[in-house]
Amino acid sequence: MKPQLEKKPKTIKTLFTKKINQLTNRQREGLTGYAFISIWLVGFLFLTMIPLIESFIYSLNRITIVGGEGIRLTMVGFANYVTLFTSDLTFLSRLQDFVLEMILFVPVMNILAIMIAILLNRQFRFRGFFRAIFFLPVIITSGPVIAELLRQGAGTIPSIAESGFLDVLEDLLPPFLNAPVQSLFSQIIFMLWFSGVQVVLYLAGLQKLDQSMYEAAQIDGANVWESFWKITLPSLKPMIVVSSIYTIVTLATFANNPIIVWISNVMFNPNFGYGYAAALAWVYFLVIALMLMVTTRLVSPKEASYQVVKELEKFKR
Amino acid sequence: MKTMVHKSNRSFHRLIFGMKFTDGLFYKLILYGLLIVIGFVYLYPLLHMLTYSFKSLQDLLDPTINVLPSSLYLDNYVNAFQVLEYGPLLLQTLTVTLVPAVLQTSVASLIGYGFARFQFPFKKIWFALLLATYMIPPQVTMIPRYVLFFNLGILETVFSIIIPAMFGQGIASAIFVLIFYQFYLMIPKALDEAAQIDGATRWNIYTKVAIPLSLPSYLTAFLFSFVWYWNETYIMRLFLGNGGETLLIRLYNFVSAYNAILGGGNDYANEAIRMAATLLIIAPLVVAYFILQRLFIEGIDRSGITGE
Repeated sequence: MKPQLEKKPKTIKTLFTKKINQLTNRQREGLTGYAFISIWLVGFLFLTMIPLIESFIYSLNRITIVGGEGIRLTMVGFANYVTLFTSDLTFLSRLQDFVLEMILFVPVMNILAIMIAILLNRQFRFRGFFRAIFFLPVIITSGPVIAELLRQGAGTIPSIAESGFLDVLEDLLPPFLNAPVQSLFSQIIFMLWFSGVQVVLYLAGLQKLDQSMYEAAQIDGANVWESFWKITLPSLKPMIVVSSIYTIVTLATFANNPIIVWISNVMFNPNFGYGYAAALAWVYFLVIALMLMVTTRLVSPKEASYQVVKELEKFKR
Repeated sequence: MKTMVHKSNRSFHRLIFGMKFTDGLFYKLILYGLLIVIGFVYLYPLLHMLTYSFKSLQDLLDPTINVLPSSLYLDNYVNAFQVLEYGPLLLQTLTVTLVPAVLQTSVASLIGYGFARFQFPFKKIWFALLLATYMIPPQVTMIPRYVLFFNLGILETVFSIIIPAMFGQGIASAIFVLIFYQFYLMIPKALDEAAQIDGATRWNIYTKVAIPLSLPSYLTAFLFSFVWYWNETYIMRLFLGNGGETLLIRLYNFVSAYNAILGGGNDYANEAIRMAATLLIIAPLVVAYFILQRLFIEGIDRSGITGE
């Protein structure tokens, strides 16, 4: 009896090694690859994929919390979505403001970031020092800190508010653009604060540019202005795509974003509950996805898809 | 006479505008002017915080005192320190920021290496999904995760923060995987082959060749990961609940905490005290940033040498 017990694991092991030895090199590489990413696969499945599906199911339900026992689902179909689009004025108006703000903020922030990157790419003393300053806000921007500063009115430069510049704008602009443009100027510092990563992206892009291209253009009679439009900007295009995506995602998921605040209010409100919050989150997700798609299309109509394809081509090698 | 004037004019012109445009005084003036103005705009909120935090109640009420406080009033810091319960809360904050940051960085490196070095079926799909996870707002998956953690019994414990980080689903995990992925693509395959001939296994190559080479990437990823976890309040508040408070959550509830600890009465959490509290909270990050900033630049230099 005893020797058999000892023998059994041995045969399994030899079988296993035999199986491994029978594999082709390519199969073995595939297995190793899967071993390396397995931890992500597990996490993706249980912490992202399944929750994503579940949250969609939640959004079709009315959810009540049963004391200490967890939650109870009651199927209501698309009722949550109907309520959302017909009677949730808070969400709809905040969503509208958010979309308008994005249309203004994303280009302005990217233009500012490109300008600062070009400035930092020059040769001058204390370059490291200035770079450290421009990047510093990335480290300290968080919901409560920003909220404290906004409450203090430290988010704007005092002279902008005092100069009456905003009143002039108010007269000139159509009403629906008023709120976003006002917030554009009153939040100019925060727009700069949120563009640290973008500056670094553009800086990296600029440093990769070949200087001889500019020399060649100069010989052909191009001035600084022309070489900016013909050389610098086109070669920064992939960076613009990446940086726009980064900007949208960061601003959309920032904890002080009015929509995010609304979603979390709704979640713990017994009149609405998890189900309704899930519906809000899904609509919000789709709006963001749509915005990302439109942005990539606008920045580089052909290149966007081409860039992705090229990135994926690398895998084939 | 005329030629002399002309000559001095020319040398003046040369001083101001230089031989080439970029070495004249005029250019330098514009360049530094712009840098200083933009730098000031960047630093304005911080300077505002700093000057405000030293103002006493009298200074706040006195309309003649505008920017600078009349004296260095340190009580704000003492009060803020007390209300924030800085010592114990700092420790608590570090456990929910340092541990996930370290785990997230090491796991991201592992995953990035897997994607950069091996060919396997469905790789494209997995990679596309990995990038897509970055774009999903956390609000979508938060509620089911909340229920999942509740069922597992880890809600309101540190594990509800650590476990997503450990499986590469933490805050902006996709970005960190991407950082490592890009870096490992740059390491020449010849190094791997040399090690393989010497009898190293894939795992050996990863730990002995890839990790030492990618230390700068580790540093960058860790710094960002740490900062983003430190600054995160939304997920922390939801998942930690009563199980733990971080410094930033305390700042979020500062006024009620102030009333609870130092009592109401004439005393209230005025702006100066709140600014002092805010500064106390960002101080560790600023210090860490200025230390690591140098390391970071050195790291980039080093990787430039080894990157052939």
